Amino acid sequence: MDWQAFWLTLQLAVVVSVVLLGIGLPLAYWIAFSRWRWKFLVEAVVALPIVLPPTVLGFYVLVALGPRSPLGRWWIGLTGHTLAFTFGGLVIGSILYSLPFAVQPFAASFAGVDRRLMAASATLGASPLRGFFRVILPLSVPGLITGIALSFAHTMGEFGVVLMVGGNIPGVTRTVSIDIYDRVQASDYAGANATALLLLGLCFAVLAVVYGVNRKVWAVGPAK
Amino acid sequence: MMDTRTVEVRPADSAASQEPTGVLAGQFRKRLAGRGQEFVLDVEFQVAAGFTILFGASGAGKTTLLDCVAGLAQPDSGRIAIGEQILFDAGQALNVPVAKRHVGYVFQDLALFPHLTAQQNVEYGLAHLPEPQRLERAAAMLEAFRIERLARRSAREISGGESQRVALARTLVTDPAVLLLDEPLAALDAPTKAKIMDDLRDWNRAHNIPILYVTHSRDEVFALGERVMVLHAGRIVAAGTPHDVMTAPQQETVAQLTGFENIFDATVDAVHPERGTMICRLADSCQTGAVLLETPLVRAAVGSRLRVGIRAGDILLATSLPTGLSARNVIPGRIRSVEQHDMIVSARVQCGVEMEVHLTLAARDALQLGLRKEVWLVVKTHSCHLMLS
Repeated sequence: MDWQAFWLTLQLAVVVSVVLLGIGLPLAYWIAFSRWRWKFLVEAVVALPIVLPPTVLGFYVLVALGPRSPLGRWWIGLTGHTLAFTFGGLVIGSILYSLPFAVQPFAASFAGVDRRLMAASATLGASPLRGFFRVILPLSVPGLITGIALSFAHTMGEFGVVLMVGGNIPGVTRTVSIDIYDRVQASDYAGANATALLLLGLCFAVLAVVYGVNRKVWAVGPAK
Repeated sequence: MMDTRTVEVRPADSAASQEPTGVLAGQFRKRLAGRGQEFVLDVEFQVAAGFTILFGASGAGKTTLLDCVAGLAQPDSGRIAIGEQILFDAGQALNVPVAKRHVGYVFQDLALFPHLTAQQNVEYGLAHLPEPQRLERAAAMLEAFRIERLARRSAREISGGESQRVALARTLVTDPAVLLLDEPLAALDAPTKAKIMDDLRDWNRAHNIPILYVTHSRDEVFALGERVMVLHAGRIVAAGTPHDVMTAPQQETVAQLTGFENIFDATVDAVHPERGTMICRLADSCQTGAVLLETPLVRAAVGSRLRVGIRAGDILLATSLPTGLSARNVIPGRIRSVEQHDMIVSARVQCGVEMEVHLTLAARDALQLGLRKEVWLVVKTHSCHLMLS
């Protein structure tokens, strides 16, 4: 059992979930309430990681972080090293990869809040921002839990993006799924099984919490 | 971030003031496209302090009008102001945001915040005040609307009647310059409604702001209104005191809101103020002798021309001359046609004019109605509705 890889993966999943909460809330708010006619294009881009092969996503993130892209050059100019094959690079790749798993449940629960409540909030003199924090957010808690839990679990188990962007550096970018892959390559089935079982149990526990805490969002069957 | 009220429509803390606030004046146009048909709201109105009823059938544009005043919808052109304060002026490209209009608005579905308690709902609009003041104002409001004991109850658990009180308290505690009520009491029984209205009147005795109360119920117009405006198909077709608007001869559109199958041109033949009635002679009744109808009294002189509307379902049909009736109009005639529409039988009777009468299938069979059968039509005085032609 490679505990170093496990803690690294856990760290990655926590950081990604927290950042996705920060990025996902405004993005989901915009998707839920914007009336821009080209909004569907943004929605499609956000949903892309669901269908895109992780290697494709990982490949482009790698290229973007590398010295040949303006972004990569700017970062190297700023810090002196590249983001590729670092923990920071992993975080960026994982955020993009898990973005729809956070944003879609967020946006769905925001859009599900009765519009009249926001209208009432405004007529009572509250700014849209106050209405968001006092009305929309508290009424969207099930969607927030779902989004965070899904991005956490999704990041825990990711493989393709991590391998493309991070490589396999122990303690820096070597995550549990890569560890499992390596063990299978080395015919260490017992070791692979121990790690895989842990990951399976953890992901099941997270999803059980999601469905246990809120039986409404994404539940199969009649609501309420 | 919480307190962005840099532009105040009026001072936020003026609960004690008793001076009348400004008149709500609007003159605007709003086009709504949807479901294939286009709807245009084109109104001009003034609402002074006190209760004004906005009366109209569903789909007349009542909620759209309120939404425009509150700022939830934006008119295409025109101007909305409360006294000197302009809320919207298309000419100046001025559109005060909803949160800064100080327009109180209680929705039909109330829109209480379900995750908050009654107390927190009432405090919601007071975020700009320091806590002691906020608590004091909220407590006073809960007391004024007799809901102190519900303060800690979640809005989800509050019953009908009481949730209306919470919604009113939540809105009034912010000291709005104008109050809009979109049928918030429609679901309540009359006694509960009357008690809430009394408390609302008490509140407004001290504040004296314009209150625009939307209803589609005729009874409420008389029960509540000091003034009434009638909205029909996006236009205000009548305005005045309930007595003037609802009993004076009305614009035909007003009367048609409720649907009259029979509408006749008529001339006032005689006026009996002492009995509260008058006699109208129906037009096209020259050949077979005049058809005279006793109708309710309206402000009209002998010889003036009116129209009379009678609902087909308000007319009784008899196959022999009825006697001992309270109804004042008994008109002989002959059946011209009998048609069945679904479960209603529609008979057309030639009695000098042609009247449409609705009756049940059983009544048709019992009376053995057939073509050219001799019948008598019975019409109560108060089933005759008078309108301007």
